[in-house]
Amino acid sequence: MEYRSSVDIYTEWDIVAARQLGRNKAKEVGFGTVDQARITTAISELARNIYLYAGKGKIEITRIFKGDVKGISIVASDEGPGIMDVRKVMDDGYTTSGGLGAGMPGVKRLMDDFDITTTQGEGTTITIIKWVR
Amino acid sequence: MDVRIPILKLNDTLIVSVQWELDDQTAIQFQEDLLEKIHDTNARGVVIDLTPIDFIDSFIAKVLGDVIHMSRLMGAKVVLTGIQPGVAITLVELGIRLKNVLTALDLENGLDKLHKELEE
Repeated sequence: MEYRSSVDIYTEWDIVAARQLGRNKAKEVGFGTVDQARITTAISELARNIYLYAGKGKIEITRIFKGDVKGISIVASDEGPGIMDVRKVMDDGYTTSGGLGAGMPGVKRLMDDFDITTTQGEGTTITIIKWVR
Repeated sequence: MDVRIPILKLNDTLIVSVQWELDDQTAIQFQEDLLEKIHDTNARGVVIDLTPIDFIDSFIAKVLGDVIHMSRLMGAKVVLTGIQPGVAITLVELGIRLKNVLTALDLENGLDKLHKELEE
């Protein structure tokens, strides 16, 4: 039942590749145009954060099911420096890059579920989920 | 890859139609190209039509907001047109406010709005 694809993030072009893959998968799963925009944007933000803060990482996109409800799960993982204060990055308006890359609270608002795991010096994994309504 | 967004001149107005998804380099190149074109043509107004664009992330939003501000510094007013429902919804949910930006539903309304603004 599961169907997974992934894009490695090394360059700016990989950000484009990740969001194109996300848009296609969102269409396949059956999301409407507004949710497609939400999912594409969220992937773009996560991919950009990997590119800016970790240098390299990966975006994995998986079709998921909960009973009859279809959805999409996106896992953004890197082995970068990790996030020192997770509470701080979840504050609206917090940025260390002068406004490049949206805040995590924005990404959270676009999706139904948001989970972040980070260990300093080891990396960060962010999982976001959207369900078809 | 060297893809540039075409900028058309119509009297004292520049018209830009963004036809495909913007990558970072194309967006930054567009910023420079538009300012050069304003300088070369003495254009007083610019309409940027975004009808085919189905999402705008924070980076593209920043580039657009910046180029509008830069154009204003040079004396040209910019109107954004054709922002799709999904784009408007995601921008607001992301927390991005394009403050003091002129917008219109489509190119026709955008040109009308620009000419009214320039008459004032």
